Amino acid sequence: MRTPFLAAGILCATPALAEPPVLTVYTYDSFLSEWGPGPQVEAAFEAVCGCDLRFVAAGDGASLLARLRLEGTRTEADVVLGLDTNLTAAAAQTGLFAPHGIAVPALDLPVAWEDEIFLPYDWGYFTFVYDKTRLPEPPGSFEALIAAPDDLKIVIQDPRSSTPGLGLVMWVKAAYGARAPAIWEGLAPHVLTVTKGWSEAYGLFMDGEADMVLSYTTSPAYHLIAEDDDTKAAAAFAEGHYLQVEVAGRVASSDQPELAAQFLAFMLTDPFQSVIPTTNWMYPAVTPEAGLPDGFQTLIRPAAALLLSAEEAASLRDPALAEWRDALSR
Amino acid sequence: MLALSLGTLAAVAGRAEGVAVLGPADWAAVRFTLMQALLSAGLSVALAIPVARALARRRFPGRGLLITLLGAPFILPVIVAVIGLLAVFGRGGLVSQALASLGLGPIDIYGLEGVVLAHVFFNLPLATRLILQGWLAIPSERFRLAASLGFTPGDVTRHLERPMLRTVLPGAFLVIFLICMTSFAVALTLGGGPRATTVELAIYQAFRFEFDLGRAALLSLIQFALCAGAAVLAFGVTVSGAMGAGLDRPLARWDAGGYGPRLLDAAWVGLAALFLVLPLAMIVGRGLAGLADLPLSVWQAAGRSLAVALGSAALTLALALPLALAAVRLGGARGAAVQAAGTLSIAASPLVMGTGLFILLFPLADPVALALPVTALVNAAMSLPFALRALTPAVAEAETGFGRLADSLGMTGAARLRLVLWPRLRRPVGFTLGLSAALSMGDLGVIALFADPGQATLPLQLYRLMAAYRMEAAAGAALVLLALSLGLFWIFDRGGRTDAEA
Repeated sequence: MRTPFLAAGILCATPALAEPPVLTVYTYDSFLSEWGPGPQVEAAFEAVCGCDLRFVAAGDGASLLARLRLEGTRTEADVVLGLDTNLTAAAAQTGLFAPHGIAVPALDLPVAWEDEIFLPYDWGYFTFVYDKTRLPEPPGSFEALIAAPDDLKIVIQDPRSSTPGLGLVMWVKAAYGARAPAIWEGLAPHVLTVTKGWSEAYGLFMDGEADMVLSYTTSPAYHLIAEDDDTKAAAAFAEGHYLQVEVAGRVASSDQPELAAQFLAFMLTDPFQSVIPTTNWMYPAVTPEAGLPDGFQTLIRPAAALLLSAEEAASLRDPALAEWRDALSR
Repeated sequence: MLALSLGTLAAVAGRAEGVAVLGPADWAAVRFTLMQALLSAGLSVALAIPVARALARRRFPGRGLLITLLGAPFILPVIVAVIGLLAVFGRGGLVSQALASLGLGPIDIYGLEGVVLAHVFFNLPLATRLILQGWLAIPSERFRLAASLGFTPGDVTRHLERPMLRTVLPGAFLVIFLICMTSFAVALTLGGGPRATTVELAIYQAFRFEFDLGRAALLSLIQFALCAGAAVLAFGVTVSGAMGAGLDRPLARWDAGGYGPRLLDAAWVGLAALFLVLPLAMIVGRGLAGLADLPLSVWQAAGRSLAVALGSAALTLALALPLALAAVRLGGARGAAVQAAGTLSIAASPLVMGTGLFILLFPLADPVALALPVTALVNAAMSLPFALRALTPAVAEAETGFGRLADSLGMTGAARLRLVLWPRLRRPVGFTLGLSAALSMGDLGVIALFADPGQATLPLQLYRLMAAYRMEAAAGAALVLLALSLGLFWIFDRGGRTDAEA
């Protein structure tokens, strides 16, 4: 009689003992692909947390927030990683996020960071990337781009479906305010086309369809470091460059609040931050002790960093979008 | 099927807060969507008629291969096809390079013309296949009779071909119109900007960007209503075929001899082949370099995609065959209603369908665990209209021609299916299986809404490679995708035509 009971006891007990707590992190697709930071981050965090870190992908930043809103408080997510400052106001308003509650180390961002809910993990400047062999003298400002001959073509992303696309609309708005519609009208003849996402636009540029593509100042680092190709460069614009700051936040309804806080603190330490430059191809929020990888020193450092606050970004988004649409629809 | 398309829409609408209102930008999107869909479908069908006629009445080496290749553009993932098209027609493409050597500037296809060009590239082959089925369904005895009566080519056109086209064209036009209605990435990329906003993009914006589920559902409903209107019109002008039955003898054409028609046919086939094959060749050329060092995960994703494609193909046939049989048996308005219901699933926005399924599944089960079966199901729903287009006329022909004989012999059930229907359904069934498998293979679809790292299909893995700057490897993955899709299509399509000449 005793053996079956013992066996049953072992069977029941084993999973409880063997299964560590699960921390579920929602992120965008390219973060967790095998070329993104996901796999290395997962291994590094699991080595210290005694937990099972589970990444779940949901399209890109905007899809991520939409997914969370669909699931509401029943979501399994403990942490959402991959929103940016264009989304944080809307994200905070949902009430689905809790204050991060951790002591923030010194951040290496070009702007001061004060947000009680969201913590940045990386950042980058938007820019136009060009090929030095095809475009020896790139324009140095939006005005210069407008003044360039009409056959200088750029390819951009649709702000309604793409994060960099929205970043450009915000860039023009932050740099020119009320003059933004005139700038867009001037840019219109140079816009070869507008794509759904970053990949399509970058693919068109690489195939030689356009002279410049909207991307990040860190994009040339990929070509330099991974492909040993120094022909790609970022155009430095006199107006300054708009920033994208990527953030993560804790979900209020999480059943693992301690683990979630531990993950956010871990996010700003070396094991996480040192992975970012050559997997996400962005600047880490806290520069690793060993510094940035070779090749990052060659990148342009804009004189001025532009960034609208989360509240401004939220209130300016719809009017700026309408200006963009009207100017490019003519 | 209605539950899948309308139920998911209702699920999204049910989660909406408040009533939605459409602005002028939404109506501009509706107008643009309608215009480009009408132009694209009209042009695809008009150009497909001479191509299909040439393929139907000529035999030449490589004809089978060409017919298989005709399936290719349609089943390619959008991003791959667009890159192939631009390699030919883009600013840096072959045509522009040729012009540059003559001292002329590059051509600029971005705009309505680019959207229509891309849609014709995608759909001309499909239209050709659907119309070719119609031509091949004319029994060879009719042509024999026509020849013995001394019909001129004009008489053949008037008495045989025009009535056939009357039965086939509305359906082919409708299917292509519906595909173009829900186009999004093609229209945006080649349309050159927000002028080319389609309803599908507006849905995307409302859902993803503004999280306005009410507006997303309303826009989706408008898209549905437009498509339903088109379907009613198309079925309204459709007349059923009256070609009668034949004995499936090999076809011989006595009416199309002489150099004139031969040259004309050769020109049509040659031009169509060039237009379709050149972009494909560019995709192959670009992909070869990346093929050597494809990561293992791409091959694993290819395996998953194959499984989803086969599941989806089986599911499509399981849904389409009963629907086609029911449509023919009911006949008249009720039969047309069954067909229309099956055709409309293509009008459903994949985003709304995916989101609706997510809302419905989420309280019951983990949507991530069901990602692959759900993808197969949605893909099957998307292929259903094409399956019905191919199967229903064949069932109808078989029933009209042999139904009474079978009835008088008391032949029902499995025996009837095997002896009466199967010999006439082999070809469309093979086509259906091949097309749905290949379509499913190339569809990014709902998997992008659900997938976890270990479940990527080949199209998703291709996008991931691109997102990681690995454009060369992505081109290699695109080549694998092209080869697998075509391979699946060829195997099934061939299987359906083993003993047929076509």
